[in-house]
Amino acid sequence: MPHDDHEIPPTDLTLRVKALESLLVEKGLVDPAALDVLIDTYEHKIGPRNGARVVARAWVDAAYKERLLRDATAAIAELGYGGSQGEDMVVVENTPEIHNLVVCTLCSCYPWPVLGLPPVWYKSAPYRSRAVIDPRVVLREFGLELANDVEVRVWDSTAEVRYLVLPERPAGSERLNEEQLAAVITRDSMIGVAKVKLP
Amino acid sequence: MNGIHDMGGMHGMGPIEYEKDEPVFHHDWEARTYALSLALRLGGQFNLDAARNAIEQLPPADYLRMSYYEKWFIRLMNYAILNGAVTAAEMETGKPAPGSARAIPGLVADMVQGMIAGGASARRNVRIQPAFVAGQHVRARNMNPAGHTRLPRYARGKSGAIIRDHGVFVFPDTRAHFQGDKPQHVYSVRFDARELWGGDRNPRDAVYLDLWEDYLEPA
Repeated sequence: MPHDDHEIPPTDLTLRVKALESLLVEKGLVDPAALDVLIDTYEHKIGPRNGARVVARAWVDAAYKERLLRDATAAIAELGYGGSQGEDMVVVENTPEIHNLVVCTLCSCYPWPVLGLPPVWYKSAPYRSRAVIDPRVVLREFGLELANDVEVRVWDSTAEVRYLVLPERPAGSERLNEEQLAAVITRDSMIGVAKVKLP
Repeated sequence: MNGIHDMGGMHGMGPIEYEKDEPVFHHDWEARTYALSLALRLGGQFNLDAARNAIEQLPPADYLRMSYYEKWFIRLMNYAILNGAVTAAEMETGKPAPGSARAIPGLVADMVQGMIAGGASARRNVRIQPAFVAGQHVRARNMNPAGHTRLPRYARGKSGAIIRDHGVFVFPDTRAHFQGDKPQHVYSVRFDARELWGGDRNPRDAVYLDLWEDYLEPA
């Protein structure tokens, strides 16, 4: 569903949200300055660059990768990330034989501390309905054709555990350092709808 | 409840629409709606399970038609009334009732970073004997509660294998309805794609679901 499909016209939504905010502020239920900090945090500070740093570290540091796959919450916290909607993390590793894909068929569960807030397509009816029943077709739409002998594992994260995909390190990336690797790691590769490619 | 939100395996929803370089929020009202909801949740006014249940109460046609944050906005209004924070009359007039007490916000600006970093895990550190162990074969119960549940319809009655025990978590089916935490083990369960969707699926493929103990029975 495109994001500009609305039941209520957007101009009305602007006014109605403003009215609700001022009521909640006047009643002392919310602090408007806290709202500004929340928005700034998820627009500018918490996002997929966090996850990219986790993945890059795992690619260059075998001991870190081992810790990440064993206790993801603790290993992610080593890099300073964690908290809301990432309290209990699991990392699943893509290999030439296994491809992992994450969805939430019931709502929009997503690992905020490492990926930020989910994109519209992740929360949309087409992705949520199809990822579990037709993952290979969904992946093909994202431009990822998997051979029949690759095992596809779909993680439907409907409970309180949040999943991050550890994508495969691309061939030819041996010369890149950790920082350069982090720069090529995409959000989509950490959801599992893409592979990491070198530019 | 067997609602429209339980979408796994449905057909007819169309192609996935991908927006390149998508912004975090598309409109200012989306950002404010998100922040209002999160501020009330972090401030203790919102129970996440009840909040999910509130979205599921939307009429199915509205659920499909509304954008994501529009659903959040409607939920925010309904929930604020439901938990008594705001009266229907105040929502109508946009003004606090004359003489009503002024609350103190549960979340103020300088608490935000700490609250986000701390999170609010649904895990409970209580010792409960698990009913299942890794490797065991289980079946998701054939249950159709009218209330909130996190057992998707597509898995009900299907068999799978326990992959790991995640530990003890609060139970959304009761917590969403303010009927207690009922903490219990949550297990990662692997279901073969052919078990879920039929014999024409790739025999290697599987769906993994994290399921509360009350959703499972021995297979």
